[in-house]
Amino acid sequence: MAVAQILVLVAALAAVHAPLGAYMARTFTSPKHLRVERLWYRAVRVDPDAEQRWTTYLMSLLGFSLVSVLFLYGMLRLQAYLPLSLGFTGFDPAGAWNTAVSFTTNTNWQWYSGEAAAGHLVQMAGLAVQNFVSAAVGLAVAIALVRGFARSGTDARIGNFWSDLTRGVIRILLPLSVVAAIVLIAGGVIQNLDPHTALTTVEGATQHALGGPIASQEAIKELGTNGGGPFNANSAHPFENPTPFTNIVEIFLLLLIPFTLPRTFGIMVGDKRQGWAILGVMAGLFAVSVALATWAELAGPGAAPQAAGAAMEGKETRFGLAGSALFAAATTATSTGAVNSMHDSFTAPGGGVVLFNMLLGEVSPGGVGAGLYGMLVLAVVAVFIAGLMVGRTPEYLGKKIGRQEMTLVALYVLTVPALILVGTSIAVVVEPGLVGIQESGPHGLSEVLYAYASAANNNGSAFGGLTTGTPFYEVTQGLAMLAGRFIPIALVLALAGRLASQKSVPATVGTLPTHQPLFVGLVGAVALVVVGLTFIPVLSLGPIVESLS
Amino acid sequence: MATTTVASDLATLTRHSMAGLRMLLAFTLVTGLAYPLAMTAVGQVAFPWQANGSLVQADGARTTSRSDAVGSALIAQGFTGEEYFHPRPSAAGDGYDTLASAGSNLGPLNPDLVATIEERKAAVAEEEGVDPADVPADAVTASGSGLDPQISPEYAAIQVARVAKARGLSDADVEALVAEHTAGRDLGVLGEPRVNVLELNLALDAADSGAATE
Repeated sequence: MAVAQILVLVAALAAVHAPLGAYMARTFTSPKHLRVERLWYRAVRVDPDAEQRWTTYLMSLLGFSLVSVLFLYGMLRLQAYLPLSLGFTGFDPAGAWNTAVSFTTNTNWQWYSGEAAAGHLVQMAGLAVQNFVSAAVGLAVAIALVRGFARSGTDARIGNFWSDLTRGVIRILLPLSVVAAIVLIAGGVIQNLDPHTALTTVEGATQHALGGPIASQEAIKELGTNGGGPFNANSAHPFENPTPFTNIVEIFLLLLIPFTLPRTFGIMVGDKRQGWAILGVMAGLFAVSVALATWAELAGPGAAPQAAGAAMEGKETRFGLAGSALFAAATTATSTGAVNSMHDSFTAPGGGVVLFNMLLGEVSPGGVGAGLYGMLVLAVVAVFIAGLMVGRTPEYLGKKIGRQEMTLVALYVLTVPALILVGTSIAVVVEPGLVGIQESGPHGLSEVLYAYASAANNNGSAFGGLTTGTPFYEVTQGLAMLAGRFIPIALVLALAGRLASQKSVPATVGTLPTHQPLFVGLVGAVALVVVGLTFIPVLSLGPIVESLS
Repeated sequence: MATTTVASDLATLTRHSMAGLRMLLAFTLVTGLAYPLAMTAVGQVAFPWQANGSLVQADGARTTSRSDAVGSALIAQGFTGEEYFHPRPSAAGDGYDTLASAGSNLGPLNPDLVATIEERKAAVAEEEGVDPADVPADAVTASGSGLDPQISPEYAAIQVARVAKARGLSDADVEALVAEHTAGRDLGVLGEPRVNVLELNLALDAADSGAATE
């Protein structure tokens, strides 16, 4: 049954792969604007046709993200004065900073419980808006990088950020969200604007009936690989994910765009085989993590699962072990971070797999856009290493990978691991970091490592045992999320600009073919070696020692 | 020279930020207000029961009115009476608290969790009069949400005798109701078979009151 469930998912993703991939390619290459878009650009007074150099593109992106953080921060701080606040007070400064950064960076790390802290307006007009636009920002950066490969001899012009952002939301994310939200409502996800009110249960106890525009947020939460749930239990909550059917719909949504973008990439660079190769690496890594996580949870090693008879702690009956493991692998392999079961209570090897997924750098298949650009950076590393072996200048898709390109790529590869390891190291030596750790020993280290891996990779899922609602974690994780998002984006756009200004060189017999299984294996190996060399010491002290004990 | 560059960079960023602010406001109107409100309208018209929380009345009938409801078919209640089927343990607040949905977040090697599981297992085995080895895992573990509305068919099966005895019904009658409220895998392959505890308990109450009026 576990296998049949996975086959249903694969079949659904395969069915939409080619049409959606082509649609997204058209979306970002068509010179025509929709009528509603022309009105939109006139209303917000931007020129959607000006081709931007990478520096200008980055400025637009940073300007937009900056006001997004400030706007959301203000909204969270002033919640008490907003309509539909359900009587909740404003967030404190450190908490508002953390949440504003978290949602703007597509991380959706949450230190608060939605049902006890956030009213409906903040959820839909603050947090869910960032679910849309932060995903569209990731998409825009990926498309800009693909244009860098596809274009030849421009003066570093890679598109127009405002147009990419608008089209990503209006033509892709919003229509898909509308369909998904209606499917989810039909499946039992609530969608209303009622407050939380008390009712009397069958045995006379008091329980609160919950309200909220949940389905509309749930749809974009998964589709945009955001992950920030309106309720604390996230997709384990029956009002966010009521049935095994909605569960597979949500998994499908969070994998949909990341697994389809390689097709868009293949079309835009004029060689679909290149897209298949990138998809092959993503799918291969993902298949291994699904298999390992499913095996670990079904086997149920560890004292608590053994005592109970199965690893059902933190899992819902309707999803079971397999449905929980599949969701966990999908949410950490993309940068979603939604959870339908509590990862902290997973078996030690199962928890290790989901942690490893994030440490891979969110490329299997990664977040919306972020997964594709992360994987393309690894592909550049792979051609570089292959070039070193045979002693010729490496090329990828007709672009020479020289010293400056490699400098950008190397910085990209180092940024996020540095944030994770430095953040974790600080947290386990200073007092305000140590007080948040719930469990002593290796599991405590896993909790902290998971938290910084989640923040710096913009995942947002948590080993819930760590208490992160303190100023220390709120501020340091906010910094990790911010740097983990925008430093890589700046490097990718710089790379895109350099590539776009290069003239494409024709392939010769000496060019490494980048569409064949050998290359797929090479990129996969690069991903594993980079993460292995970076993280084996800390993994040994955390999940590995735990698995062995 | 350096200061002029920084100043001009800041001026550029400010200009882009102002365009960004106008963009953000437009997105807030469309994706933050129009979209969720339109979805709310669709939900309220096309799927009113689901959109309002799958509420049920004491007689088991569906309702969209909170004042008529005794709960949601999707949210666990902390049944303890011996005439009712019991849900899974809950880590949400003090138990089944919808304002504090949560799992325990205890790790797989946590000694406190192991001890809690052993205690629960002994308690369930005693209450249901079964061997501890026959107590299924979902009966002794807290769910992810703390609001899991369902239990496994195995956990329902070991509760049948107790409920039947408390209500003066035959085991077969109770088993028939359990079967009626057991859902198989969605589409035959998705998720796991499960028994909805609140709906089953309301059906038991309805069966009782039906018997009383006969």
